[in-house]
Amino acid sequence: MFKHWKQGLVSAVATASLALPLLASAEGLSDDKVKIGVLSDMSGVYKSLEGPGAVVAAKMAIEDFGGEVMGKAIEVISADHQNKPDIGASTAREWIDTKGVDMITALDNSSVGLSVQGLAKDKKIITMNTGAGSTALTEEQCSPYGIHYVYDTHALPVGTATAMVKNGGKKWFFITADYAFGHSLRDNTGDVVKSMGGEVVGNVNAPLSTNDFSSYLLQAQSSGADVIGLANAGQDTVNAIKQANQFRIVQSGQKLAGMLVFITDVHSMGLEIAQGLQFTTAFVWNQNEETKAWSDRFNKIHGAMPTMVQAGVYSAVTNYLKAVKEAGTDETEAVRAKLGEMTLNDMFVKGGKIAPNGSMLHDMYLVEAKKPSESESEWDLLRVISKIPADQAYISMEESKCSLVN
Amino acid sequence: MSIQVILAQALLGLNVGVFYAMLSLGLAVIFGLLNIINFAHGAMYMLGAFIALIGYSFLEKWLGVSIQIGFWASLVIVPLLVGLLGVLIERFLLRRLYELDHIYGLLLTFGITLILQGLFSNYFNVSGTPYPGQPESLSGVVNLGFMYFPTYRLFAIVVSLIVCFATWFFIEHTKLGSRLRAGVENPDLTQAFGLNVPLMVTLTFAFGAGLAGLAGVLAAPIYSVSPLMGADLIIVVFAVVVIGGMGSIMGAILSGLALGLIEGLTKVFYPPAASTVIFFLMVLVLLFRPAGLFGKEK
Repeated sequence: MFKHWKQGLVSAVATASLALPLLASAEGLSDDKVKIGVLSDMSGVYKSLEGPGAVVAAKMAIEDFGGEVMGKAIEVISADHQNKPDIGASTAREWIDTKGVDMITALDNSSVGLSVQGLAKDKKIITMNTGAGSTALTEEQCSPYGIHYVYDTHALPVGTATAMVKNGGKKWFFITADYAFGHSLRDNTGDVVKSMGGEVVGNVNAPLSTNDFSSYLLQAQSSGADVIGLANAGQDTVNAIKQANQFRIVQSGQKLAGMLVFITDVHSMGLEIAQGLQFTTAFVWNQNEETKAWSDRFNKIHGAMPTMVQAGVYSAVTNYLKAVKEAGTDETEAVRAKLGEMTLNDMFVKGGKIAPNGSMLHDMYLVEAKKPSESESEWDLLRVISKIPADQAYISMEESKCSLVN
Repeated sequence: MSIQVILAQALLGLNVGVFYAMLSLGLAVIFGLLNIINFAHGAMYMLGAFIALIGYSFLEKWLGVSIQIGFWASLVIVPLLVGLLGVLIERFLLRRLYELDHIYGLLLTFGITLILQGLFSNYFNVSGTPYPGQPESLSGVVNLGFMYFPTYRLFAIVVSLIVCFATWFFIEHTKLGSRLRAGVENPDLTQAFGLNVPLMVTLTFAFGAGLAGLAGVLAAPIYSVSPLMGADLIIVVFAVVVIGGMGSIMGAILSGLALGLIEGLTKVFYPPAASTVIFFLMVLVLLFRPAGLFGKEK
């Protein structure tokens, strides 16, 4: 009995001594600095839409913030997740356990995003996902510390699919990137199409980084669909659209719907091929003077105009640092609470709110690729058709399946 | 199921099939004459595409002088360069292994593949860089009645078919070809007749490598050029060679074309099986005709 009692005392003392530094760190910054990790696809299909440009954006955010918070340094580290969830998670684990990373951003690729957000939930670290699309991040697998910042597969079809069905595109065939994001985008788009009175007549799954879409495109062509929905992203979308052009699919009367298109994709295809393509985006670089000024600075450093997710990294890092400053600590619970209270206003977002499920609610835009004759400069590629208000674009808290909400 | 859909997918299948045929032909020539299982064949194909890409897009940037090697020039230069690398590999590496078991040659060439892939992955985008050098004259579209088909793809099909059958004719029906075959059958006796067998072997390996390089140049405008493009293809091509019969030239060509077609048609009738149908056939062939459809039992 005595022995047990003694053991209990020892362990109580041990626990207390472990807990003390934790309590102490609730005020001020852990490791005397704020460290931000940019985990992105640095070499694969998504390199040009997030990748090294996200690191540039994060560094610009820190520079504009003054390079320090509460008198302490802010650092950025980055790594390539290679679109592999295991590599993403093990890098994130190393960052959190040994490098003292306080917040992880970018996380393009939904499979990687979900695995890192799951890990960060256990480790109590904030993730601000700017790159991935799957709504699972804020729905089925939502996390109290996971924030989904730029777009999701619910917001994308609301603008694009609605507009296309209204214009007579009733029958849809999907070419789907065969992983979490593509499936989620296809299902959400299909729901929008059906709710508008349209119909999904077929689907084919193509592996990520498919070079030759020709046989998938011919299947789509022979399905008799009005619209071929491309539930993929990045180089995959570019390849599919280019090859559709080679096989004269659009000229034969079918429409292409790029469900997730970035300005870099339009730039790489050229307006000759991309003209008329409608899609949904969170950011257009030359929308107003403020976005233009920022984007020109970004372009000078990076050599390309920012995509919505790169601009999103700037905004996410800026608002994270604001929250740290206002909370007076980088302790996760306090910063997350502060982020939830703030109204986000910067060059990227106006009146944005981070919902309890982690979804950053903000307006989206339906845009169209200009005709070559309308374009005034190399990157003058897009025209805004309409604004999609935040409450239409994102899943409302009443409908949310996230366990943190209801 | 309309006949148009079937024809369209069959033509696309043939498009893939010519690449299978060209690559498996090179493998079959090298195996038939040298008894080497050349795992580096896919890397030679990748290298061919990369040399074309570098010549078109990067040379000017790297050298700082105004120089650009166009598509037509690449069609000639690239196979020669890749063939030259073949000479070096055969002369300095493979030659040391002829006395040993096949497996050593396979391991060596596998190592060469990994080195080349690693080198290119270090400097180039793994998911592929587009080759912009497709000539204007081939950039159009041909209306075939049942579908629109890009002119360039038709061009690639025709060129590949010509190269394949010319190779077969050369080896099976010319004097030089018969000497090559004699050198394989009995190197000592052939040498005794005054023929330079080691030189013939070197040139054969170089020729096989050059064929892979040529296939790489032809593939560059269709597919993105990527360090792993050869690795993706080589496994299928080995299956093609096994089905056709190791060492059979005509077997390699015909089974390459046929398997491309079958793969294309599978995409019409049961798409999920398209990527595995070749391996399924390989299993059947190994069970019932282990020497391959065109191979001879030894």
